[in-house]
Amino acid sequence: MTLTASSIGRKVAMALSGIFLVLFLTQHFSINILSVFSENLFNEVSHFMGNNPIVQFILQPILIFGVLFHFIMGFVLELQNSKSRKIKYSSYKGSANASWMSRNMIYSGIVILSFLGLHFYDFWVPEMNYKYVEVLPLDPNRYFGELVHKFHSPFRVAIYALSFIFLSLHLVHGFASSFQSMGINNKYSKTIKSFTTFFSVVVPLGFIFIALFHHLN
Amino acid sequence: MNLTLKVWRQANSESKGKMETYQIADVSPDMSFLEMMDVLNEQLMTQGIDPIAFDHDCREGICGMCSMFINGEAHGPDRLVTTCQLHMRKFNNGDTITIEPFRAKAFPVIKDLTVDRSAFDRVQQAGGFVSVNTSGNTQDANAIPIDKHDADKAFDAATCIGCGACVATCKNASAMLFVSAKVSQYSLLPQGKVEATERVMNMVKQMDEEGFGNCTNTGACEVECPKGISLENIARMNREYLYASLKG
Amino acid sequence: MAKLDSKIPNGPISEKWTSHKGKINLVSPANKRLIDVIVVGTGLAGASASATLAELGYNVKTFCFQDSPRRAHSIAAQGGINAAKNYQGDGDSTYRLFYDTIKGGDYRSREANVHRLAEVSTNIIDQCVAQGVPFARDYGGLLDNRSFGGVLVSRTFYAKGQTGQQLLLGAYSAMNRQIGRGKIKMYNRHEMMDIVVIEGKARGIITRNLVNGKIERHGAHAVVIASGGYGNVFFLSTNAMGSNVSAGWKIHKKGAYFANPCFTQIHPTCIPVSGDHQSKLTLMSESLRNDGRIWVPKNLKDVNLIREGKLKPTQIDEKDRDYYLERRYPAFGNLVPRDVASRAAKERCDAGFGVNKTGEAVYLDFASAITRYGEEQVHVKGLDSSDKNLVKKLGKEVVKAKYGNLFQMYEKIVDQNPYETPMMIYPAVHYTMGGIWVDYNLMTTIPGCYAIGEANFSDHGANRLGASALMQGLADGYFVLPYTIGDYLSDDIRTGPIDIQHPEFEKAEKEVIAQIDAFLNNSGKNSVDFYHKKLGKIMWDKCGMSRNEKGLKKAIKEIQDLREDFYKNINVPGNANEFNEQLAKAGRVADFLELGELFAKDALERTESCGGHFREESQTPEGEALRDDKKFTFVSAWEFKGAPSKAKLHKEDLKYEEIEVKTRSYK
Repeated sequence: MTLTASSIGRKVAMALSGIFLVLFLTQHFSINILSVFSENLFNEVSHFMGNNPIVQFILQPILIFGVLFHFIMGFVLELQNSKSRKIKYSSYKGSANASWMSRNMIYSGIVILSFLGLHFYDFWVPEMNYKYVEVLPLDPNRYFGELVHKFHSPFRVAIYALSFIFLSLHLVHGFASSFQSMGINNKYSKTIKSFTTFFSVVVPLGFIFIALFHHLN
Repeated sequence: MNLTLKVWRQANSESKGKMETYQIADVSPDMSFLEMMDVLNEQLMTQGIDPIAFDHDCREGICGMCSMFINGEAHGPDRLVTTCQLHMRKFNNGDTITIEPFRAKAFPVIKDLTVDRSAFDRVQQAGGFVSVNTSGNTQDANAIPIDKHDADKAFDAATCIGCGACVATCKNASAMLFVSAKVSQYSLLPQGKVEATERVMNMVKQMDEEGFGNCTNTGACEVECPKGISLENIARMNREYLYASLKG
Repeated sequence: MAKLDSKIPNGPISEKWTSHKGKINLVSPANKRLIDVIVVGTGLAGASASATLAELGYNVKTFCFQDSPRRAHSIAAQGGINAAKNYQGDGDSTYRLFYDTIKGGDYRSREANVHRLAEVSTNIIDQCVAQGVPFARDYGGLLDNRSFGGVLVSRTFYAKGQTGQQLLLGAYSAMNRQIGRGKIKMYNRHEMMDIVVIEGKARGIITRNLVNGKIERHGAHAVVIASGGYGNVFFLSTNAMGSNVSAGWKIHKKGAYFANPCFTQIHPTCIPVSGDHQSKLTLMSESLRNDGRIWVPKNLKDVNLIREGKLKPTQIDEKDRDYYLERRYPAFGNLVPRDVASRAAKERCDAGFGVNKTGEAVYLDFASAITRYGEEQVHVKGLDSSDKNLVKKLGKEVVKAKYGNLFQMYEKIVDQNPYETPMMIYPAVHYTMGGIWVDYNLMTTIPGCYAIGEANFSDHGANRLGASALMQGLADGYFVLPYTIGDYLSDDIRTGPIDIQHPEFEKAEKEVIAQIDAFLNNSGKNSVDFYHKKLGKIMWDKCGMSRNEKGLKKAIKEIQDLREDFYKNINVPGNANEFNEQLAKAGRVADFLELGELFAKDALERTESCGGHFREESQTPEGEALRDDKKFTFVSAWEFKGAPSKAKLHKEDLKYEEIEVKTRSYK
């Protein structure tokens, strides 16, 4: 744990957990986008993810740990950082030298965190309840219906879309930045930057598209 | 030109400071910012007001002593300059200019715009050197050829003037650009490579103890650095640090 | 005269230093721990001396007035550092460096010291490379050199235009290592107010903490003054704003002789003055003269059009330009020594050919260098040589790689692009060859008090060659003083800690406090800068690039009057126990007001012209400086006798055994 005791250690830990969450996001997106193309395939994959013991009892706790770690560490760092300048500037032109995204990771992060609360309430809590509390019978075909049902309310779709815009902003800075944190800044950095920007725009847009698609259908 | 200046006044490190407003007339566009401050101080003295304390020395952009936060930016609106190289032609008649000290917990205010940057010295004392004795009985300077590319990069990192603009600018008051410049200079040269592991561990430890914030890669430091020190150095330090930590 | 013993060792010149080192007394490692040394100043000389003394085992206390030792003004040296490495194989040698330095100094420096300097020059480069100083290298990975004024070989090592910075940071890092080990105790933002002499020996200093105004006493077995030069006596100079003579002047008043105060270097390539608000001048490295050509228009008509803004320098034909250095000094051309180049610029401007509004500027033009480099690049890369734009573009890239930071600096200050239009330059006060008199061991006439770097007088005679200041600072600090100081300190191993309650400390402290109180209680109306600027004007007009008897006499009188007025009408705001820049400045200017007079007196006394000291009464029919070797082959060492006007002159005769004294010619 000596690594997370230092500023650079914590920064690398943020990067690693961030990259891990990006991987999770990619996987989540790949499954969700299936719902646009095929109801059956979506149900099949969802059923696998929901009932495979490795996914459920190993990957899921790791994911929860990753999410918690990223958020808690993010808040801890933010707190420390704000303490490192006790008297604030009366005039501070942040936009002159850094992007809005990079300066407001804590805010985009808070929006994403609130959204995750909603998301847990929408999907994860009912799912846990279904499987492990009430122990209802297995139904491999319920997933698509549940998904579509959630996108009935235009209000929820709007919140969903807004959250993903913030996720995009968070990613635009965070994804590329995680490479810098891990010490990768070389001739490939431009390519990495283009890729991460592309990813940060396309994946959240994709999620919004899925929500709108089901809402409109 | 005529200007309105809002300047941070603080009698000493213990007292509370506040912004004061002053008017100054007939400023020549060819003046440097500090020359404008000289004129203002002469004016304040004739009015019986204590002149504004500010750090400055070489006035040619190399000593790193001047340290003003002007209109929300370290060393003011121009790029690749220190405050002493900022000229009044960058401003317009009638402008209001806000002047504050470099602010960070690790840089306590001494008086007005003067701050204590000895934290930087202590970081260097923790490891910013090559442990050779100064007897001159080392091997010939040309004994180890050094790749020009690496030598140039080491030089670029070494041009840091230790002014603290990176800390002042960073929204987290992080000193990563400063520390990484030194770490990079030495790790790029064979002479410094030998003790690279200990150096980076010790310097980062001291940096953390001084109360600087954490780096969040906003890149503001690189933009405001009067010597254009690159973020690449921070990545290099992260790498060196990771390697050193894993090596134990 | 008894006191003025230069202690030059016997023997052939090339063996003096080696045999001296072999014979002088040393202090054992165990005893070094019992000995304290104070170093004042952290430029190249002070920082390197502190580091080496600490490494040898002495307890070092180092003082600087800046907020960090890294900010000392050595940091601003641009061009490079000389060393007789002969890496270029162009015929360089220790002897040639020695010879060039003596000749460059116009035969007014001490042979033995200069030879030692040339000998240790090569160690400096080895040392700095080992410390991680990133000197410029060529593609083979070896160190690169360039040439500087007044010599015919390339022996200057450099790190772009920031050589001083890199060398100082190297010395600073060596210091940091010792601070980290606890062997150096560093006092930032402390100003030396006086030296304490007990029973004829330097035993400590009184300092003022510039943050809280506290007056402190520090005892030591030896005191090393490394406080730099006194160019700021001119108010406008390339020195830093804080550079001052006070440390040197205080020891002068307590018994250290001041040598050759009138030997001042006026550097030919500085950015011209832009107005009355000017607070300092900025140097453009001499290295620029490697590639830049200096000229003014041939015709006064063009000069007038330029001043009116109706003509651009780039519009003037080659045939209408007067490349006056190339014309007057064909052998060295634009690379004549600094004093010669400065006077030549003054001569042209005095004749009315100055090219800016004030009439005090000449052009430094890179157009032909850009073309030359561009053509070379086109050839190397096998591109189209008839494409003028391509040639220019490639040429600019080469020039940028060599002098990029200098060009940027110029553009920021003047707001003109020097890649497109010639730079405007004018001479400015840059360096003072004069300083505290020291013997071969670098000890002043106060036993136990040493002076190193620009603060002493020894190595540069009447004119310093480019890239030699860095060499001397580091040589003194790294390789000379740490040895020679042992000879003196070997007698002090049983002295024990210095008692700072001694009446001499008491007395010195009282005097310091009295002066501070006098300043603060004076209800005058003029600021410190008011007097500093007036003094600077007197010095520049009458003790500047050319001097004459009438002017110097007038200067002495004016300075005396100004000094009297200063003490009557000075206004120093604020209190003693706070951060008070005006108070600190008042003390410095008070010392400049005394030094200025001695400066003029020395210049008056020396009726010959030599190096940077040009007496109008002593010149050849072509207007070149005319030395008077019969009468003036000596060092003027002034003893303080209560006031500058009463100073007593002692002469150290200079003997040239190795080098034949000749008329310096760069034609």
